[in-house]
Amino acid sequence: MNQRVLVRPSVLPGFGLSLGFTLAYLSLVVLVPLSAVFLKAATTSFDVFWATVTAPRVLASLRLTFGASFIAAVVNAVFGLLVAWVLVRYPFPGRKLVDALVDLPFALPTAVAGIALTAVYSSKGVLGGALEPYGIKVAFTPVGVVVALVFIGLPFVVRTVQPVLEDLEREFEEAAASLGANRWQTFRRVILPAVGPALFTGFALAFARAIGEYGSVIFIAGNIPLVSEIAPLIIITKLEQYDFAGATAVAVVMLVVSFALLLAINALQHWARTRGGRR
Amino acid sequence: MSWGRAMTIDGAMSIGDPLPATPSRRLPTEEALWLRWTLVTVAIAFLALFLFLPLAAVFHQALRKGWDAYVAALVDPDALSAIRLTLLVAAIAVPANLIFGVAAAWAIAKFDFRGKSVLVTLIDLPFSVSPVISGLVFVLLFGAQGWFGPELREHDIKIIFAVPGIALATIFVTFPFVARELIPLMQAQGTEEEEAAIVLGASGWQTFRRVTLPNIKWGLLYGAILCNARAMGEFGAVSVVSGHIRGETNTMPLYVEILYNEYQFQAAFAVASLLALLALVTLALKSFIEWRTGGGMDVLPPEEPQAELEFRRRVSP
Repeated sequence: MNQRVLVRPSVLPGFGLSLGFTLAYLSLVVLVPLSAVFLKAATTSFDVFWATVTAPRVLASLRLTFGASFIAAVVNAVFGLLVAWVLVRYPFPGRKLVDALVDLPFALPTAVAGIALTAVYSSKGVLGGALEPYGIKVAFTPVGVVVALVFIGLPFVVRTVQPVLEDLEREFEEAAASLGANRWQTFRRVILPAVGPALFTGFALAFARAIGEYGSVIFIAGNIPLVSEIAPLIIITKLEQYDFAGATAVAVVMLVVSFALLLAINALQHWARTRGGRR
Repeated sequence: MSWGRAMTIDGAMSIGDPLPATPSRRLPTEEALWLRWTLVTVAIAFLALFLFLPLAAVFHQALRKGWDAYVAALVDPDALSAIRLTLLVAAIAVPANLIFGVAAAWAIAKFDFRGKSVLVTLIDLPFSVSPVISGLVFVLLFGAQGWFGPELREHDIKIIFAVPGIALATIFVTFPFVARELIPLMQAQGTEEEEAAIVLGASGWQTFRRVTLPNIKWGLLYGAILCNARAMGEFGAVSVVSGHIRGETNTMPLYVEILYNEYQFQAAFAVASLLALLALVTLALKSFIEWRTGGGMDVLPPEEPQAELEFRRRVSP
Protein backbone atom coordinates (compact mmCIF):
# COMPACT_ATOMS: atom_id res chain seq x y z
CA MET A 1 0.00 0.00 0.00
CA ASN A 2 1.19 3.44 -0.82
CA GLN A 3 2.01 4.99 2.54
CA ARG A 4 1.46 8.55 1.40
CA VAL A 5 -2.21 8.30 0.48
CA LEU A 6 -4.79 7.87 3.21
CA VAL A 7 -7.28 6.16 0.92
CA ARG A 8 -6.48 4.71 -2.46
CA PRO A 9 -8.98 6.04 -5.04
CA SER A 10 -11.50 3.50 -6.29
CA VAL A 11 -14.46 3.54 -8.67
CA LEU A 12 -16.54 1.63 -6.13
CA PRO A 13 -19.04 3.69 -4.15
CA GLY A 14 -19.95 3.53 -0.49
CA PHE A 15 -16.55 3.84 1.15
CA GLY A 16 -17.49 6.80 3.32
CA LEU A 17 -20.82 5.31 4.31
CA SER A 18 -19.56 1.82 5.11
CA LEU A 19 -16.43 2.96 6.95
CA GLY A 20 -18.34 5.66 8.78
CA PHE A 21 -20.99 3.21 9.91
CA THR A 22 -18.33 0.65 10.89
CA LEU A 23 -16.41 3.15 13.00
CA ALA A 24 -19.55 4.54 14.65
CA TYR A 25 -20.94 1.10 15.48
CA LEU A 26 -17.55 -0.16 16.67
CA SER A 27 -17.13 2.87 18.91
CA LEU A 28 -20.62 2.72 20.39
CA VAL A 29 -20.80 -1.02 20.98
CA VAL A 30 -17.18 -1.89 21.81
CA LEU A 31 -14.74 0.96 22.32
CA VAL A 32 -16.75 3.34 24.51
CA PRO A 33 -18.05 0.58 26.81
CA LEU A 34 -14.58 -0.94 27.15
CA SER A 35 -13.01 2.39 27.93
CA ALA A 36 -15.56 2.74 30.75
CA VAL A 37 -13.68 0.01 32.63
CA PHE A 38 -10.38 1.84 32.40
CA LEU A 39 -11.93 5.21 33.26
CA LYS A 40 -13.66 3.68 36.26
CA ALA A 41 -10.36 2.14 37.35
CA ALA A 42 -8.66 5.52 36.92
CA THR A 43 -11.06 7.08 39.41
CA THR A 44 -10.09 4.59 42.12
CA SER A 45 -6.95 5.42 44.07
CA PHE A 46 -3.96 3.19 43.44
CA ASP A 47 -3.87 2.02 47.06
CA VAL A 48 -7.44 0.76 46.85
CA PHE A 49 -6.70 -0.85 43.50
CA TRP A 50 -3.60 -2.57 44.86
CA ALA A 51 -5.30 -3.68 48.08
CA THR A 52 -8.14 -5.22 46.04
CA VAL A 53 -5.92 -7.03 43.60
CA THR A 54 -3.56 -8.40 46.24
CA ALA A 55 -6.27 -9.58 48.65
CA PRO A 56 -5.66 -13.29 49.35
CA ARG A 57 -8.94 -14.41 47.85
CA VAL A 58 -8.37 -12.40 44.65
CA LEU A 59 -4.76 -13.54 44.33
CA ALA A 60 -5.81 -17.16 44.80
CA SER A 61 -8.46 -16.78 42.10
CA LEU A 62 -6.01 -15.17 39.66
CA ARG A 63 -3.49 -17.94 40.36
CA LEU A 64 -6.15 -20.58 39.72
CA THR A 65 -7.43 -18.87 36.56
CA PHE A 66 -4.00 -18.50 34.99
CA GLY A 67 -2.62 -21.81 36.30
CA ALA A 68 -5.61 -23.92 35.27
CA SER A 69 -5.77 -22.15 31.90
CA PHE A 70 -2.11 -22.92 31.31
CA ILE A 71 -2.43 -26.60 32.22
CA ALA A 72 -5.57 -26.93 30.09
CA ALA A 73 -3.82 -25.27 27.14
CA VAL A 74 -0.87 -27.69 27.48
CA VAL A 75 -3.25 -30.68 27.56
CA ASN A 76 -5.02 -29.25 24.51
CA ALA A 77 -1.76 -28.68 22.65
CA VAL A 78 -0.80 -32.35 23.09
CA PHE A 79 -4.18 -33.94 22.42
CA GLY A 80 -5.24 -31.29 19.90
CA LEU A 81 -2.19 -32.11 17.81
CA LEU A 82 -3.00 -35.81 18.11
CA VAL A 83 -6.65 -35.28 17.11
CA ALA A 84 -5.66 -33.05 14.17
CA TRP A 85 -3.07 -35.60 13.05
CA VAL A 86 -5.52 -38.50 13.22
CA LEU A 87 -8.21 -36.50 11.37
CA VAL A 88 -5.84 -35.46 8.59
CA ARG A 89 -3.79 -38.61 8.12
CA TYR A 90 -5.87 -41.66 9.05
CA PRO A 91 -9.14 -42.40 7.31
CA PHE A 92 -11.30 -44.27 9.81
CA PRO A 93 -15.03 -44.95 9.86
CA GLY A 94 -17.00 -41.98 11.19
CA ARG A 95 -14.13 -39.57 10.71
CA LYS A 96 -16.29 -36.85 9.14
CA LEU A 97 -18.73 -36.98 12.05
CA VAL A 98 -15.90 -36.80 14.57
CA ASP A 99 -14.39 -33.92 12.60
CA ALA A 100 -17.67 -31.98 12.72
CA LEU A 101 -18.14 -32.69 16.44
CA VAL A 102 -14.72 -31.24 17.31
CA ASP A 103 -16.39 -27.83 16.94
CA LEU A 104 -18.97 -28.71 19.61
CA PRO A 105 -17.37 -26.47 22.28
CA PHE A 106 -17.78 -23.51 19.89
CA ALA A 107 -21.48 -24.23 19.40
CA LEU A 108 -22.60 -25.58 22.78
CA PRO A 109 -23.65 -22.86 25.24
CA THR A 110 -21.15 -22.73 28.08
CA ALA A 111 -23.79 -23.20 30.79
CA VAL A 112 -24.90 -26.43 29.14
CA ALA A 113 -21.29 -27.60 28.90
CA GLY A 114 -20.88 -26.75 32.58
CA ILE A 115 -23.79 -28.79 33.89
CA ALA A 116 -23.04 -31.63 31.46
CA LEU A 117 -19.41 -31.89 32.57
CA THR A 118 -20.53 -31.79 36.19
CA ALA A 119 -23.01 -34.59 35.55
CA VAL A 120 -20.24 -36.75 34.05
CA TYR A 121 -17.42 -35.93 36.46
CA SER A 122 -19.21 -35.58 39.82
CA SER A 123 -19.05 -38.55 42.19
CA LYS A 124 -22.52 -39.60 41.00
CA GLY A 125 -21.49 -39.38 37.35
CA VAL A 126 -20.14 -42.06 35.02
CA LEU A 127 -16.50 -40.95 35.11
CA GLY A 128 -16.48 -39.26 38.49
CA GLY A 129 -17.87 -42.42 40.07
CA ALA A 130 -15.27 -44.55 38.31
CA LEU A 131 -12.38 -42.32 39.41
CA GLU A 132 -13.44 -41.90 43.05
CA PRO A 133 -12.26 -45.32 44.29
CA TYR A 134 -8.78 -44.30 43.16
CA GLY A 135 -8.95 -41.16 45.29
CA ILE A 136 -9.28 -38.85 42.28
CA LYS A 137 -11.88 -36.16 42.74
CA VAL A 138 -12.60 -34.05 39.66
CA ALA A 139 -15.79 -32.06 40.22
CA PHE A 140 -15.68 -29.31 42.85
CA THR A 141 -11.85 -29.24 42.84
CA PRO A 142 -9.29 -27.33 40.73
CA VAL A 143 -9.05 -30.47 38.56
CA GLY A 144 -12.64 -29.83 37.54
CA VAL A 145 -11.70 -26.31 36.46
CA VAL A 146 -8.99 -27.78 34.22
CA VAL A 147 -11.43 -30.31 32.75
CA ALA A 148 -13.89 -27.55 31.80
CA LEU A 149 -11.11 -25.44 30.28
CA VAL A 150 -9.83 -28.42 28.26
CA PHE A 151 -13.34 -28.79 26.85
CA ILE A 152 -13.55 -25.11 25.94
CA GLY A 153 -10.08 -24.86 24.38
CA LEU A 154 -9.79 -28.04 22.35
CA PRO A 155 -11.12 -26.80 18.98
CA PHE A 156 -8.70 -23.87 18.95
CA VAL A 157 -5.68 -26.16 18.75
CA VAL A 158 -7.26 -28.69 16.39
CA ARG A 159 -8.52 -26.05 13.97
CA THR A 160 -5.25 -24.09 13.84
CA VAL A 161 -3.07 -27.18 13.39
CA GLN A 162 -5.34 -29.09 10.99
CA PRO A 163 -4.97 -26.83 7.90
CA VAL A 164 -1.20 -26.72 8.32
CA LEU A 165 -1.00 -30.51 8.49
CA GLU A 166 -3.20 -30.73 5.40
CA ASP A 167 -0.87 -28.42 3.48
CA LEU A 168 2.29 -30.15 4.58
CA GLU A 169 4.29 -31.30 1.58
CA ARG A 170 4.74 -35.06 1.68
CA GLU A 171 8.00 -34.59 -0.26
CA PHE A 172 9.79 -33.45 2.88
CA GLU A 173 8.80 -36.60 4.70
CA GLU A 174 9.80 -38.70 1.70
CA ALA A 175 13.16 -36.95 1.59
CA ALA A 176 13.65 -37.60 5.29
CA ALA A 177 12.73 -41.26 4.85
CA SER A 178 15.05 -41.67 1.88
CA LEU A 179 17.86 -40.19 3.94
CA GLY A 180 17.32 -42.93 6.48
CA ALA A 181 15.17 -41.22 9.11
CA ASN A 182 12.61 -43.37 10.88
CA ARG A 183 9.07 -42.10 11.38
CA TRP A 184 9.69 -40.77 14.88
CA GLN A 185 12.77 -38.83 13.71
CA THR A 186 10.81 -37.47 10.75
CA PHE A 187 8.01 -36.42 13.05
CA ARG A 188 10.33 -34.71 15.50
CA ARG A 189 12.71 -33.09 13.05
CA VAL A 190 10.51 -32.40 10.00
CA ILE A 191 6.81 -32.36 10.87
CA LEU A 192 6.90 -30.80 14.33
CA PRO A 193 9.01 -27.78 13.28
CA ALA A 194 6.63 -27.14 10.38
CA VAL A 195 3.55 -27.40 12.61
CA GLY A 196 5.23 -25.61 15.52
CA PRO A 197 4.07 -22.03 14.92
CA ALA A 198 0.46 -23.11 14.33
CA LEU A 199 0.56 -25.35 17.40
CA PHE A 200 1.88 -22.51 19.49
CA THR A 201 -0.79 -20.17 18.13
CA GLY A 202 -3.46 -22.74 18.96
CA PHE A 203 -2.02 -23.05 22.45
CA ALA A 204 -2.12 -19.27 22.92
CA LEU A 205 -5.70 -19.06 21.62
CA ALA A 206 -6.85 -21.84 23.95
CA PHE A 207 -5.04 -20.17 26.85
CA ALA A 208 -6.58 -16.76 26.09
CA ARG A 209 -10.07 -18.20 25.84
CA ALA A 210 -9.66 -20.21 29.05
CA ILE A 211 -8.66 -17.14 31.09
CA GLY A 212 -11.99 -15.41 30.49
CA GLU A 213 -14.16 -18.51 30.63
CA TYR A 214 -17.00 -18.45 33.13
CA GLY A 215 -20.10 -20.47 32.24
CA SER A 216 -18.60 -23.91 31.81
CA VAL A 217 -16.36 -23.57 34.88
CA ILE A 218 -18.62 -22.35 37.68
CA PHE A 219 -20.80 -25.47 37.79
CA ILE A 220 -17.97 -27.98 37.98
CA ALA A 221 -15.63 -25.84 40.09
CA GLY A 222 -17.66 -25.81 43.29
CA ASN A 223 -16.42 -22.24 43.80
CA ILE A 224 -14.74 -22.77 47.15
CA PRO A 225 -12.96 -19.53 48.14
CA LEU A 226 -9.15 -19.81 48.00
CA VAL A 227 -9.44 -23.25 46.41
CA SER A 228 -11.62 -23.42 43.32
CA GLU A 229 -12.88 -19.87 42.77
CA ILE A 230 -11.96 -18.36 39.37
CA ALA A 231 -11.26 -14.67 38.75
CA PRO A 232 -14.39 -13.98 36.62
CA LEU A 233 -16.49 -15.27 39.52
CA ILE A 234 -14.73 -12.82 41.86
CA ILE A 235 -15.90 -10.02 39.55
CA ILE A 236 -19.50 -11.27 39.75
CA THR A 237 -19.30 -11.64 43.55
CA LYS A 238 -18.00 -8.10 43.92
CA LEU A 239 -20.73 -6.79 41.62
CA GLU A 240 -23.39 -8.53 43.69
CA GLN A 241 -21.98 -6.73 46.75
CA TYR A 242 -22.12 -3.42 44.84
CA ASP A 243 -18.32 -3.19 45.06
CA PHE A 244 -17.95 -1.68 41.58
CA ALA A 245 -14.44 -0.39 42.18
CA GLY A 246 -13.28 -3.82 43.30
CA ALA A 247 -14.94 -5.58 40.36
CA THR A 248 -13.35 -3.07 37.98
CA ALA A 249 -9.89 -3.55 39.49
CA VAL A 250 -9.99 -7.32 38.93
CA ALA A 251 -11.43 -6.74 35.44
CA VAL A 252 -8.57 -4.38 34.54
CA VAL A 253 -5.96 -6.97 35.52
CA MET A 254 -7.68 -9.58 33.36
CA LEU A 255 -8.18 -7.18 30.44
CA VAL A 256 -4.52 -6.14 30.43
CA VAL A 257 -3.43 -9.79 30.31
CA SER A 258 -5.98 -10.58 27.59
CA PHE A 259 -4.90 -7.65 25.42
CA ALA A 260 -1.24 -8.55 25.87
CA LEU A 261 -2.11 -12.08 24.76
CA LEU A 262 -4.02 -10.73 21.76
CA LEU A 263 -0.95 -8.78 20.66
CA ALA A 264 1.25 -11.82 21.26
CA ILE A 265 -1.08 -13.95 19.16
CA ASN A 266 -0.98 -11.40 16.33
CA ALA A 267 2.82 -11.45 16.49
CA LEU A 268 2.73 -15.26 16.51
CA GLN A 269 0.59 -15.34 13.40
CA HIS A 270 3.01 -13.02 11.70
CA TRP A 271 5.88 -15.27 12.74
CA ALA A 272 4.02 -18.37 11.54
CA ARG A 273 3.44 -16.77 8.15
CA THR A 274 6.91 -15.39 7.58
CA ARG A 275 8.40 -18.66 8.76
CA GLY A 276 6.46 -20.40 6.04
CA GLY A 277 4.23 -22.66 8.09
CA ARG A 278 1.71 -21.75 5.41
CA ARG A 279 2.60 -20.49 2.03
CA MET B 1 -3.00 -7.92 7.26
CA SER B 2 -3.21 -9.86 10.45
CA TRP B 3 -6.22 -11.84 9.45
CA GLY B 4 -6.51 -15.54 9.15
CA ARG B 5 -9.53 -17.57 9.85
CA ALA B 6 -7.61 -20.37 11.41
CA MET B 7 -5.67 -18.05 13.65
CA THR B 8 -8.24 -16.00 15.47
CA ILE B 9 -9.70 -16.19 18.91
CA ASP B 10 -12.90 -18.13 19.32
CA GLY B 11 -12.67 -18.64 15.58
CA ALA B 12 -15.06 -20.70 13.70
CA MET B 13 -13.16 -23.00 11.57
CA SER B 14 -14.00 -25.75 9.38
CA ILE B 15 -13.57 -29.15 8.20
CA GLY B 16 -11.12 -30.38 5.65
CA ASP B 17 -11.57 -32.49 2.60
CA PRO B 18 -10.96 -36.15 3.07
CA LEU B 19 -7.56 -37.40 2.11
CA PRO B 20 -7.36 -39.75 -0.81
CA ALA B 21 -7.49 -43.33 0.36
CA THR B 22 -4.03 -44.54 1.22
CA PRO B 23 -2.75 -47.68 -0.42
CA SER B 24 -2.68 -50.76 1.72
CA ARG B 25 1.06 -51.29 1.28
CA ARG B 26 2.92 -49.38 3.95
CA LEU B 27 5.12 -46.57 2.62
CA PRO B 28 8.18 -45.28 4.43
CA THR B 29 6.22 -42.08 5.12
CA GLU B 30 3.47 -43.94 6.91
CA GLU B 31 3.16 -45.38 10.36
CA ALA B 32 2.77 -49.05 11.17
CA LEU B 33 -0.82 -50.23 11.29
CA TRP B 34 -0.77 -50.93 15.03
CA LEU B 35 0.51 -47.43 15.70
CA ARG B 36 -2.13 -45.85 13.50
CA TRP B 37 -4.93 -47.64 15.30
CA THR B 38 -3.42 -46.86 18.69
CA LEU B 39 -3.31 -43.15 17.84
CA VAL B 40 -6.86 -43.20 16.47
CA THR B 41 -8.07 -44.99 19.60
CA VAL B 42 -6.34 -42.56 21.96
CA ALA B 43 -7.72 -39.56 20.04
CA ILE B 44 -11.27 -40.95 20.03
CA ALA B 45 -11.03 -41.86 23.72
CA PHE B 46 -9.91 -38.32 24.55
CA LEU B 47 -12.76 -36.81 22.54
CA ALA B 48 -15.21 -39.24 24.14
CA LEU B 49 -14.16 -38.26 27.67
CA PHE B 50 -14.29 -34.53 27.04
CA LEU B 51 -16.88 -34.03 24.29
CA PHE B 52 -19.11 -37.00 23.52
CA LEU B 53 -19.89 -38.18 27.05
CA PRO B 54 -20.95 -34.73 28.31
CA LEU B 55 -23.13 -34.26 25.21
CA ALA B 56 -24.78 -37.64 25.75
CA ALA B 57 -25.20 -36.84 29.45
CA VAL B 58 -27.36 -33.80 28.61
CA PHE B 59 -29.93 -35.90 26.77
CA HIS B 60 -29.69 -38.79 29.22
CA GLN B 61 -30.36 -36.55 32.22
CA ALA B 62 -33.12 -34.67 30.38
CA LEU B 63 -35.05 -37.86 29.60
CA ARG B 64 -34.27 -39.62 32.87
CA LYS B 65 -37.79 -39.21 34.23
CA GLY B 66 -39.47 -40.01 30.95
CA TRP B 67 -41.00 -38.11 28.09
CA ASP B 68 -43.86 -36.54 30.06
CA ALA B 69 -41.55 -34.95 32.62
CA TYR B 70 -39.38 -33.74 29.77
CA VAL B 71 -42.28 -32.01 28.01
CA ALA B 72 -43.61 -30.67 31.32
CA ALA B 73 -40.28 -28.95 32.00
CA LEU B 74 -40.38 -27.28 28.59
CA VAL B 75 -43.96 -26.01 28.68
CA ASP B 76 -43.56 -24.47 32.14
CA PRO B 77 -44.50 -20.77 31.83
CA ASP B 78 -41.06 -19.66 33.07
CA ALA B 79 -39.39 -21.95 30.53
CA LEU B 80 -41.56 -20.59 27.73
CA SER B 81 -40.82 -17.00 28.67
CA ALA B 82 -37.08 -17.82 28.76
CA ILE B 83 -37.34 -19.35 25.28
CA ARG B 84 -39.22 -16.29 24.04
CA LEU B 85 -36.63 -13.90 25.47
CA THR B 86 -33.74 -15.90 23.99
CA LEU B 87 -35.39 -15.79 20.55
CA LEU B 88 -36.07 -12.06 20.91
CA VAL B 89 -32.49 -11.25 21.89
CA ALA B 90 -31.11 -13.30 19.01
CA ALA B 91 -33.56 -11.55 16.66
CA ILE B 92 -32.05 -8.22 17.73
CA ALA B 93 -28.37 -9.15 17.95
CA VAL B 94 -27.99 -11.21 14.77
CA PRO B 95 -29.44 -8.66 12.28
CA ALA B 96 -27.54 -5.82 13.99
CA ASN B 97 -24.23 -7.64 13.62
CA LEU B 98 -25.13 -8.82 10.10
CA ILE B 99 -25.53 -5.22 8.92
CA PHE B 100 -22.35 -4.22 10.69
CA GLY B 101 -20.46 -7.20 9.27
CA VAL B 102 -21.44 -6.37 5.70
CA ALA B 103 -20.56 -2.69 6.11
CA ALA B 104 -17.21 -3.46 7.76
CA ALA B 105 -16.31 -6.08 5.16
CA TRP B 106 -17.25 -3.73 2.30
CA ALA B 107 -15.02 -0.96 3.65
CA ILE B 108 -12.13 -3.24 4.59
CA ALA B 109 -12.15 -5.69 1.68
CA LYS B 110 -13.02 -3.42 -1.22
CA PHE B 111 -10.94 -0.36 -0.36
CA ASP B 112 -7.38 0.37 0.61
CA PHE B 113 -6.84 2.79 3.43
CA ARG B 114 -4.39 3.36 6.22
CA GLY B 115 -4.98 1.88 9.62
CA LYS B 116 -6.85 -1.07 8.17
CA SER B 117 -5.06 -3.73 10.20
CA VAL B 118 -5.69 -1.76 13.40
CA LEU B 119 -9.39 -1.66 12.54
CA VAL B 120 -9.42 -5.41 11.94
CA THR B 121 -7.75 -6.02 15.30
CA LEU B 122 -10.27 -3.75 17.04
CA ILE B 123 -13.17 -5.64 15.47
CA ASP B 124 -11.74 -8.81 17.01
CA LEU B 125 -11.44 -7.25 20.44
CA PRO B 126 -14.68 -8.58 21.98
CA PHE B 127 -13.42 -12.15 21.55
CA SER B 128 -10.51 -11.50 23.88
CA VAL B 129 -12.69 -9.98 26.59
CA SER B 130 -14.06 -12.29 29.27
CA PRO B 131 -17.87 -12.60 29.00
CA VAL B 132 -18.18 -11.43 32.59
CA ILE B 133 -16.28 -8.23 31.76
CA SER B 134 -18.44 -7.78 28.64
CA GLY B 135 -21.40 -7.57 30.99
CA LEU B 136 -19.57 -5.45 33.54
CA VAL B 137 -18.85 -2.68 31.02
CA PHE B 138 -22.56 -2.12 30.49
CA VAL B 139 -23.25 -2.11 34.22
CA LEU B 140 -20.59 0.59 34.60
CA LEU B 141 -22.25 2.61 31.84
CA PHE B 142 -25.96 2.11 32.46
CA GLY B 143 -26.24 0.66 35.96
CA ALA B 144 -27.85 2.60 38.82
CA GLN B 145 -24.43 3.90 39.86
CA GLY B 146 -23.05 4.01 36.32
CA TRP B 147 -22.14 6.96 34.10
CA PHE B 148 -25.61 7.39 32.65
CA GLY B 149 -27.41 5.90 35.65
CA PRO B 150 -28.91 9.15 37.04
CA GLU B 151 -30.07 10.37 33.60
CA LEU B 152 -31.67 7.04 32.82
CA ARG B 153 -33.47 6.99 36.16
CA GLU B 154 -34.76 10.50 35.55
CA HIS B 155 -36.35 9.42 32.30
CA ASP B 156 -37.45 6.12 33.79
CA ILE B 157 -35.48 4.06 31.27
CA LYS B 158 -34.26 0.66 32.40
CA ILE B 159 -31.33 -0.89 30.57
CA ILE B 160 -29.59 -2.98 33.20
CA PHE B 161 -31.74 -5.77 34.67
CA ALA B 162 -33.95 -5.39 31.60
CA VAL B 163 -34.12 -6.57 28.00
CA PRO B 164 -32.10 -3.69 26.42
CA GLY B 165 -29.08 -4.55 28.60
CA ILE B 166 -29.32 -8.22 27.67
CA ALA B 167 -29.51 -7.31 23.99
CA LEU B 168 -26.54 -4.92 24.28
CA ALA B 169 -24.35 -7.47 26.08
CA THR B 170 -25.28 -10.10 23.48
CA ILE B 171 -24.44 -7.74 20.60
CA PHE B 172 -21.07 -7.08 22.25
CA VAL B 173 -20.07 -10.74 22.62
CA THR B 174 -21.26 -11.69 19.11
CA PHE B 175 -19.85 -8.55 17.51
CA PRO B 176 -17.01 -10.03 15.39
CA PHE B 177 -18.70 -13.20 14.05
CA VAL B 178 -20.13 -11.99 10.73
CA ALA B 179 -17.39 -9.46 9.96
CA ARG B 180 -14.64 -12.01 10.44
CA GLU B 181 -16.31 -14.47 8.06
CA LEU B 182 -16.92 -11.85 5.39
CA ILE B 183 -13.66 -9.88 5.41
CA PRO B 184 -11.32 -12.68 4.24
CA LEU B 185 -13.96 -13.99 1.84
CA MET B 186 -14.54 -10.60 0.18
CA GLN B 187 -10.82 -9.89 0.13
CA ALA B 188 -10.19 -13.13 -1.71
CA GLN B 189 -12.86 -12.22 -4.24
CA GLY B 190 -11.24 -8.90 -5.06
CA THR B 191 -12.97 -5.89 -6.58
CA GLU B 192 -12.94 -6.62 -10.32
CA GLU B 193 -16.54 -7.83 -10.63
CA GLU B 194 -17.91 -4.83 -8.76
CA GLU B 195 -15.74 -2.45 -10.76
CA ALA B 196 -17.04 -3.95 -14.00
CA ALA B 197 -20.64 -3.49 -12.82
CA ILE B 198 -20.04 0.15 -11.88
CA VAL B 199 -18.27 0.87 -15.17
CA LEU B 200 -21.21 -0.69 -17.02
CA GLY B 201 -23.52 1.80 -15.31
CA ALA B 202 -24.98 -0.08 -12.35
CA SER B 203 -25.69 1.93 -9.24
CA GLY B 204 -23.88 1.15 -6.00
CA TRP B 205 -26.91 -0.59 -4.52
CA GLN B 206 -27.52 -2.61 -7.70
CA THR B 207 -23.87 -3.66 -7.72
CA PHE B 208 -24.07 -4.80 -4.12
CA ARG B 209 -27.35 -6.67 -4.58
CA ARG B 210 -26.63 -8.31 -7.93
CA VAL B 211 -22.87 -8.86 -7.81
CA THR B 212 -21.57 -8.85 -4.25
CA LEU B 213 -24.47 -10.44 -2.39
CA PRO B 214 -24.64 -13.61 -4.55
CA ASN B 215 -20.90 -14.01 -4.08
CA ILE B 216 -20.99 -13.75 -0.31
CA LYS B 217 -24.33 -15.39 0.50
CA TRP B 218 -22.81 -18.58 1.95
CA GLY B 219 -20.29 -16.66 3.98
CA LEU B 220 -23.08 -14.42 5.24
CA LEU B 221 -25.18 -17.43 6.26
CA TYR B 222 -22.16 -19.07 7.88
CA GLY B 223 -21.45 -16.00 9.97
CA ALA B 224 -25.11 -15.58 10.87
CA ILE B 225 -25.38 -19.19 12.09
CA LEU B 226 -22.34 -18.91 14.33
CA CYS B 227 -23.47 -15.50 15.58
CA ASN B 228 -26.90 -16.92 16.36
CA ALA B 229 -25.52 -19.92 18.25
CA ARG B 230 -23.48 -17.66 20.48
CA ALA B 231 -26.30 -15.13 20.89
CA MET B 232 -28.72 -17.79 22.08
CA GLY B 233 -26.16 -19.50 24.28
CA GLU B 234 -24.37 -16.55 25.87
CA PHE B 235 -24.23 -16.94 29.63
CA GLY B 236 -21.56 -14.91 31.42
CA ALA B 237 -22.23 -11.46 29.92
CA VAL B 238 -26.00 -11.85 30.08
CA SER B 239 -25.80 -13.16 33.63
CA VAL B 240 -24.19 -9.91 34.79
CA VAL B 241 -26.75 -7.56 33.21
CA SER B 242 -29.92 -9.64 33.58
CA GLY B 243 -30.73 -9.51 37.29
CA HIS B 244 -32.28 -12.99 36.94
CA ILE B 245 -35.88 -11.86 37.20
CA ARG B 246 -37.93 -14.99 36.68
CA GLY B 247 -40.27 -14.83 33.72
CA GLU B 248 -38.88 -11.44 32.73
CA THR B 249 -35.12 -11.25 32.23
CA ASN B 250 -34.15 -14.92 32.16
CA THR B 251 -32.77 -16.23 28.91
CA MET B 252 -32.57 -20.00 28.42
CA PRO B 253 -28.98 -20.39 29.69
CA LEU B 254 -29.81 -18.32 32.79
CA TYR B 255 -32.96 -20.35 33.38
CA VAL B 256 -30.88 -23.54 33.17
CA GLU B 257 -28.62 -22.18 35.88
CA ILE B 258 -31.53 -21.27 38.15
CA LEU B 259 -33.16 -24.67 37.80
CA TYR B 260 -29.82 -26.37 38.40
CA ASN B 261 -29.12 -24.36 41.54
CA GLU B 262 -32.61 -25.24 42.80
CA TYR B 263 -31.70 -28.92 42.36
CA GLN B 264 -34.34 -29.35 39.65
CA PHE B 265 -31.75 -31.25 37.64
CA GLN B 266 -34.07 -33.00 35.23
CA ALA B 267 -35.82 -29.74 34.29
CA ALA B 268 -32.47 -27.95 33.96
CA PHE B 269 -31.21 -30.63 31.59
CA ALA B 270 -34.48 -30.58 29.65
CA VAL B 271 -34.04 -26.88 28.85
CA ALA B 272 -30.32 -27.48 28.29
CA SER B 273 -31.15 -30.23 25.79
CA LEU B 274 -32.90 -27.64 23.60
CA LEU B 275 -29.69 -25.59 23.60
CA ALA B 276 -27.67 -28.73 22.86
CA LEU B 277 -29.98 -29.46 19.93
CA LEU B 278 -29.39 -25.90 18.72
CA ALA B 279 -25.65 -26.58 18.89
CA LEU B 280 -26.01 -29.80 16.89
CA VAL B 281 -28.17 -28.07 14.26
CA THR B 282 -25.56 -25.29 14.09
CA LEU B 283 -22.78 -27.82 13.49
CA ALA B 284 -24.86 -29.63 10.86
CA LEU B 285 -25.63 -26.40 8.99
CA LYS B 286 -21.99 -25.39 9.25
CA SER B 287 -20.86 -28.70 7.75
CA PHE B 288 -23.53 -28.37 5.06
CA ILE B 289 -22.28 -24.92 4.03
CA GLU B 290 -18.71 -26.16 3.97
CA TRP B 291 -19.79 -29.07 1.79
CA ARG B 292 -21.93 -26.83 -0.43
CA THR B 293 -19.08 -24.40 -1.02
CA GLY B 294 -16.78 -27.31 -1.72
CA GLY B 295 -14.77 -26.67 1.38
CA GLY B 296 -14.55 -23.11 0.16
CA MET B 297 -15.15 -21.78 3.65
CA ASP B 298 -12.18 -23.81 4.71
CA VAL B 299 -9.70 -22.26 2.33
CA LEU B 300 -7.79 -19.43 3.84
CA PRO B 301 -7.52 -16.43 1.59
CA PRO B 302 -4.10 -15.53 0.27
CA GLU B 303 -2.25 -13.69 2.98
CA GLU B 304 -2.11 -10.41 1.13
CA PRO B 305 -4.89 -10.63 -1.42
CA GLN B 306 -4.82 -6.93 -2.20
CA ALA B 307 -1.11 -6.94 -2.79
CA GLU B 308 -1.34 -10.06 -4.88
CA LEU B 309 -4.10 -8.67 -7.09
CA GLU B 310 -2.19 -5.46 -7.45
CA PHE B 311 0.89 -7.39 -8.40
CA ARG B 312 -0.98 -9.41 -11.02
CA ARG B 313 -2.53 -6.24 -12.42
CA ARG B 314 0.88 -4.69 -12.89
CA VAL B 315 2.55 -7.78 -14.28
CA SER B 316 -0.13 -8.53 -16.87
CA PRO B 317 -1.71 -5.25 -17.93
